[in-house]
Amino acid sequence: MCGIVGLFSKSDEVGERLGEHLGAMLGQMGDRGPDSAGVAVYRDPAPAGSSKVTLFSPDPRQDWAALHAALEDEFGDAVEPDVVASHAVFVVGTDAGTAQAWLRERHPELRVMSAGETIEIYKEMGDPRAFVPRFGLPEMQGSHGLGHTRMATESRVTTEHSHPFSTGLDLCLVHNGSLSNHNLLRRGLHREGIELQTDNDSEVAAGYLTWRMREGASLEEALEGCLRDLDGFYTFAVGTADGFAVLRDPVACKPAVMAETDQWVAMASEYRAIAVLPGAEDAEQWEPTPGRVYSWERERV
Amino acid sequence: MAGVSAPTVEAVDLSVTSLRELNSRLHAAASDETLPRRWRVLNPHGAHSVAVGLDAELDVEVEGHVGYYCAGMNQHATVRVRGNCGVGVAENIMSGRVVVDGNASQSAAATGRGGLVVIHGDASARCGISMKGVDVVVRGSVGHMAAFMGQKGRLVVCGDAGDALGDSLYEARLYVRGSVAGLGADCVEKDLRDEHREELAALLAEAGMDGVDPAEFRRYGSARRLYNFDVDNAGPYE
Repeated sequence: MCGIVGLFSKSDEVGERLGEHLGAMLGQMGDRGPDSAGVAVYRDPAPAGSSKVTLFSPDPRQDWAALHAALEDEFGDAVEPDVVASHAVFVVGTDAGTAQAWLRERHPELRVMSAGETIEIYKEMGDPRAFVPRFGLPEMQGSHGLGHTRMATESRVTTEHSHPFSTGLDLCLVHNGSLSNHNLLRRGLHREGIELQTDNDSEVAAGYLTWRMREGASLEEALEGCLRDLDGFYTFAVGTADGFAVLRDPVACKPAVMAETDQWVAMASEYRAIAVLPGAEDAEQWEPTPGRVYSWERERV
Repeated sequence: MAGVSAPTVEAVDLSVTSLRELNSRLHAAASDETLPRRWRVLNPHGAHSVAVGLDAELDVEVEGHVGYYCAGMNQHATVRVRGNCGVGVAENIMSGRVVVDGNASQSAAATGRGGLVVIHGDASARCGISMKGVDVVVRGSVGHMAAFMGQKGRLVVCGDAGDALGDSLYEARLYVRGSVAGLGADCVEKDLRDEHREELAALLAEAGMDGVDPAEFRRYGSARRLYNFDVDNAGPYE
């Protein structure tokens, strides 16, 4: 099954309460995915010349302060990490690619959940309703965010197998559905140098987008490529630094509903997740047409 | 109806009353005529299974958007949704009437055996899938695979139909006023004769679709050329 939510703020009021709204939406989708939950929140851009990295450690005694000191030694003035449950967000004084390469080499026990300028990804096994307070979601502000509740069907229930999957810098994907040609695609992506971290089908979709965009495709073009190259059922929501995009496969077995007011744009697997937003009852509401890419972007100031 | 008292309207607010209690009270009213006949459901907020399994001449109005399977398995009752519906509104409807003021999601009136389903907005994919006697009238358009394997009943679409209309159809009759993106396997256009115009006019009137001219529709049905229609293949079905 699985549940997807996405929220894009068009006003300061919604942005200031983004995490609270996203958490309420995620809670409504708990029944669709009780195995694990995750969110991507876009907020607090890293200063020019630095980058933001979200790390996960399975070790509850993880010494984040020691890692902070090592990062500072290597790359200079890093600010204190923001430790959130099993995750920590670091702003590192180098580009995201260099930071990721250094972390993977020196700290293979850590998992890089996301990297980029504004993205932060948090995900964990267990009840989505417990996830929201545990990760302090209601206190988070941001410009936009995506969330996912997982009912596992084709691979294990672990933190690594949870969504969102990072698809590149400031990019992530959440998926409701299942892909049937993911093993074939995974081999092709491996030949192209796209390394995936799990045997999960949705991560292959994320890797596919990364590959297509590395080859020069726009996000819309990459998503349109999914219609040709991916076999299976899917509703995807993809987060970018400036907004998000939604795509349903042409058969459209998996649900999706979208709504918009002058305050926000939202998507969810079911309307009840949108009903918790202010002014939902009077929002313009529609079901995304199968096989069509929908996207929203904010203008960069 | 004899023995029914004054038409009081019983209001149930789903922001304070559980869905199970609402449906239990509606079911109780089916067997106890002293209970209210008219009901208003407030604040559904996308809840699933609102007013399912009704089996009496109740009149239920739902004020807002609902989730999946609203008015599923309906018998005798009239359910009106003043909002949009999620997947499977009026699925397996047996009789009575279900009216949606807004849009309906996928599989509206799926497997319905009787009664009337009226959708004043659009219906998305698989509207009337496997219909077995229900009549469905849509003021707007329908998505792909409408009336897939439809066996009996009528589907009237005042707008456009998506891809694969009437795929693997049996004896359901389809009427579309606008464009059809594509016909499904074994579905063909047929002549719209006077008897069909009369049938359409009656259905449109029953559904309250004013100002829609039956002559503007095209009729579609089964060509009856698939395997199961060939008498030489009757053996395996015996």
